[in-house]
Amino acid sequence: MTQTRNLIDENGKRTDGRTADELREVKITVGTVRNADGSAFIEFGKNKIVAAVYGPREVHPKHMALPDRCVLRCRYHMSPFSTDTRKSPAPSRREIEISKVMREALEPALMLEDYPRAAIDVYVEVLQSDGGSRCAGIDAASVALADAGINMRDLVAACAAGKVDEQIVLDINDTEDKEGGADMPVAYMPRLDQVTLLQLDGKLSQEQFDECIDKAITGCKMVYEIQRQALIQKYFGNETELKEEAAPQ
Amino acid sequence: MHDVKRRYVIPGDKIAEGNFRPLMNVVKSGSTLTATRIGIAETGRDGVKVIPLSGVYIPRVNDLVIGKIVDHSSLSWEVDINSCFSAHLPAQDVFGRDFTPARDDMSKHFAIGDMITARIMAFDRTRDPMLTVQDRDLGKIERGELLMISATRVPRLIGKRGSMIQMIEQATQTRVLIGQNGIVVVTGRNPEGIKLAVRAIKMVEEEAHTANLTQRIKVLLNVPDTPPQQEVSRAPVGTGSDKPQEIESTIDEVEEELEVEGEK
Repeated sequence: MTQTRNLIDENGKRTDGRTADELREVKITVGTVRNADGSAFIEFGKNKIVAAVYGPREVHPKHMALPDRCVLRCRYHMSPFSTDTRKSPAPSRREIEISKVMREALEPALMLEDYPRAAIDVYVEVLQSDGGSRCAGIDAASVALADAGINMRDLVAACAAGKVDEQIVLDINDTEDKEGGADMPVAYMPRLDQVTLLQLDGKLSQEQFDECIDKAITGCKMVYEIQRQALIQKYFGNETELKEEAAPQ
Repeated sequence: MHDVKRRYVIPGDKIAEGNFRPLMNVVKSGSTLTATRIGIAETGRDGVKVIPLSGVYIPRVNDLVIGKIVDHSSLSWEVDINSCFSAHLPAQDVFGRDFTPARDDMSKHFAIGDMITARIMAFDRTRDPMLTVQDRDLGKIERGELLMISATRVPRLIGKRGSMIQMIEQATQTRVLIGQNGIVVVTGRNPEGIKLAVRAIKMVEEEAHTANLTQRIKVLLNVPDTPPQQEVSRAPVGTGSDKPQEIESTIDEVEEELEVEGEK
């Protein structure tokens, strides 16, 4: 990764005008897909992603079913119109990989042993992509799973951090991802304080790595609050009194 | 019952700490009890539970369900009960112990496509649920308007001691049969009444967790406000009148919850 221009200006502002610790604007709407058992739509900066959850339902083909727990199947897909140049709708190597890491990021939060011989299908469709779509996809999928009423230990919040101009910044966007020094997506369960996804593309020193992961987790906590509010808004509306009672202790 | 503490929770929320028993949709790790579903958490004397507000139907023993016959083997019918597990109704349950596939014609009783009311006899998640129709009011459904609602809305539709469903039935001159799996059958002589009942049921489903729902249903059905319904003579057929009592506690609590919200 060679850097061609300065991505942080003299005022410490990034290409899209954010500071190093600032998240892009995040908006989550719950229950957007009527046919699904649970769904969510997330706008994470310029990312626009729909997540739909079906299940627990019968497994087809039947031989895939597990006797002691539920099968979790994830499909991350980018629409042909989600990028600048048309993307082939066939699943690419990258999409297959993201589907896998997404499944592994969500699995620890789900109580799959509660639904033996069944399957849960998670479909994540990217309608418009910016950097960090896997994190945004996990955020939406986690909310959709909660909306589907599947037993969960915790929500999963995901956010990336990275290195731009030798500085660690939160929530890498598309330009910073392509031209910056490093990109580290992290998925995290805030209540259990456990990391479920950690990837790193680029080079970081030990100190930079520590700073980067701390920053990413801080970002995850911010995203968690937005996820939480989105769910509360859908199910409990504006009834503040009980909402406050339900807020974190 | 009045020392029960309630509040809204989402998965991962800590409900209580201490020596409580986890009852429903709650996990205990160490001494912390955590919610696993979106819903209303209740901390009572007997333990902690979360009444879920979303989710698909998971069968439970003794549930009254409405299902559709989708297939049959030589020994049992396969019934779709709107769940991730398809249920089985053994032919012996209908024909008696001395059933032999050679002599008895299974299609005489239930054909593929028939709707039936049944009770879940056995289910432990390792095997598909087993049904029985050997009870009062169980068996084939001959006629009616069929609709599906979310299984989590069933307690709200029944209401406190069956109040909501009684109100709908009386105002529209219909009979409403409710399966715990969210399938509802409305029967009646008057098509207009059936239409109105269906509208009311759909409204209950959509607005189940909002305040003052009973009031709005009353307006929809043109029910006068004040008099609490007297028990009228009701034929036992299918009003779900035996089942509602069994899940009464949950219903009461949901209802009370909503009343509390209404007062605010």
